[in-house]
Amino acid sequence: MADEVLKGWRGWFAESGEQLSFFKVFFRNLFRSGFEWSEFVRQCYEIGYKSFTLVGTTAFIMGLVLALQLRPTLIGFGAESMLPKSLAVSIVKEIGPVITAIICAGKIASGIGAELGSMKVTEQIDAMEVSGANPVQYLVVTRILATTAMVPLLTLLGDVLGLLGGFVAINVNGNVSLFLYFNKCISSLGFSDLLPAFIKTIFFGFVIGFIGCYKGYNSNKGTESVGLAANSAVVAASLWIFVIDAIVVQVSNIIIY
Amino acid sequence: MRHTESEKTVKKNVRSAGRGEEVIYVRGLKKSFGKKDVLKNINFEVNKGENVVVLGKSGSGKSVIIQCLVGMISPDEGELRVFGEEVSALTEKQLKKLRIRIGFLFQSGALYDSMTVRENMQFPLIRILKMNDQNEIDKRVEEVLKSVGLLDSIDKMPSDLSGGMRKRAGLARTLVVNPELMLYDEPTTGLDPITSREISNLVLEIQKKYKTTSIIITHDMECAAITADRVLVLNDGEFIAEGSFEEVKSSKDEFVSSFFK
Ligand SMILES: Nc1ncnc2c1ncn2[C@@H]1O[C@H](COP(=O)(O)OP(=O)(O)OP(=O)(O)O)[C@@H](O)[C@H]1O
Ligand SMILES: [Mg+2]
Repeated sequence: MADEVLKGWRGWFAESGEQLSFFKVFFRNLFRSGFEWSEFVRQCYEIGYKSFTLVGTTAFIMGLVLALQLRPTLIGFGAESMLPKSLAVSIVKEIGPVITAIICAGKIASGIGAELGSMKVTEQIDAMEVSGANPVQYLVVTRILATTAMVPLLTLLGDVLGLLGGFVAINVNGNVSLFLYFNKCISSLGFSDLLPAFIKTIFFGFVIGFIGCYKGYNSNKGTESVGLAANSAVVAASLWIFVIDAIVVQVSNIIIY
Repeated sequence: MRHTESEKTVKKNVRSAGRGEEVIYVRGLKKSFGKKDVLKNINFEVNKGENVVVLGKSGSGKSVIIQCLVGMISPDEGELRVFGEEVSALTEKQLKKLRIRIGFLFQSGALYDSMTVRENMQFPLIRILKMNDQNEIDKRVEEVLKSVGLLDSIDKMPSDLSGGMRKRAGLARTLVVNPELMLYDEPTTGLDPITSREISNLVLEIQKKYKTTSIIITHDMECAAITADRVLVLNDGEFIAEGSFEEVKSSKDEFVSSFFK
């Protein structure tokens, strides 16, 4: 029992060390000449554009449900007019970024993990390296930068559609113009709400790409390791998302107040 | 006294390796994975323009040997020189330069499956040879695909190719950069006899045409018979026989002759 716990911790530390050195490799290749622009653009398309519908739909439903749930409580307090403000704050500051990131962890991190994992199994990464090309620059740098760029954009989309969902829910019962609703939402958010929310999405994007690449690139050579890479990428990325979320909230609270 | 003498022989070896006759020079190569000693004491050299065939049971460490040669696996012990350069002493940059001169055909072909055959061929030309004249690139790609008989499939995805076609495409991708040294890891495994023969003849043709030096790992006796200038037999971490195909074939050693039954 104690042995196993010890082994688990040792494994955890070993993996952290490996992740750190993978980060160093990434960082070194980030500034190497010969950036793969066309592959970067292709990845942005694959990662960003192809997740639009999924993120949009989920966020819309989340906003709708959230409004429906909040409404009775706020009516109980006689504060129904606060609905747009509470929606705006909860969606833009927390739900939008986190839900988008979790969806992306499920879709993108696992996709990258599986793709690079299968390239490893079928010796494509070895072939690239042995031929004298640079697989980190071609495969890893482009993917990590693409997720870092696209997750904030997807979050923006998620926020807007989430608020739209809330609007639809409100309009089922009452009657507010779309312009007035969005006006209320935006006026209830200050710069100190938006900036931390935006910054954390950049970290989320980075961690999704980084974990996906790390798990795929370092997977073993058996066929089952492809599934393992995809699976563990989702688990690790999701965990990181919550850790980053907590840290960013703490730090920004300290800085702002 | 003895000591200085052995030092002298080592120095002589350094010089002879540097003359450019020997493309590969390996002495006392050792490699174990965990408790398993895969390679115990590997000694061999390959001369320029020579086709050397390596025979050995599955799991005997044949692939490990050629992976050591390109620095994919670092050996535990031993001298290992390719083109006169000690592989383990190279910096990242020098290793890259060395790898550009070597073609490595993987057992699986290792085609990049997100790219068409054409893009697979262009990848090393653009990234390694830094070619940027599109006409020149197209010409080179078509020429190489023609020589392996795959010109018709130039715009297909690897998933749409048969096993034999994939192997030939993998071969074309390694050849497209004109390597001086080719390392073939089981070029004919999993192919029908006719396609195997075609590939074996192709290997021979490449040697003649481009004056490449090659190591060919195989289980296929016909491939060995067609391509080999010299045969090495690996068993239990060491080479136990060496000679021309006929010499090795008529060996009295039971293990060696069992390959030819
Ligand atoms: N990267 C590695 N890590 C751990 N063990 C390895 C590694 N590469 C090879 N081995 C082990 O070394 C031994 C030799 O493997 P190798 O792939 O060289 O065999 P082989 O002679 O090429 O066999 P085959 O003909 O089946 O390809 C095997 O037992 C294998 O498990
Ligand atoms: Mg092998």
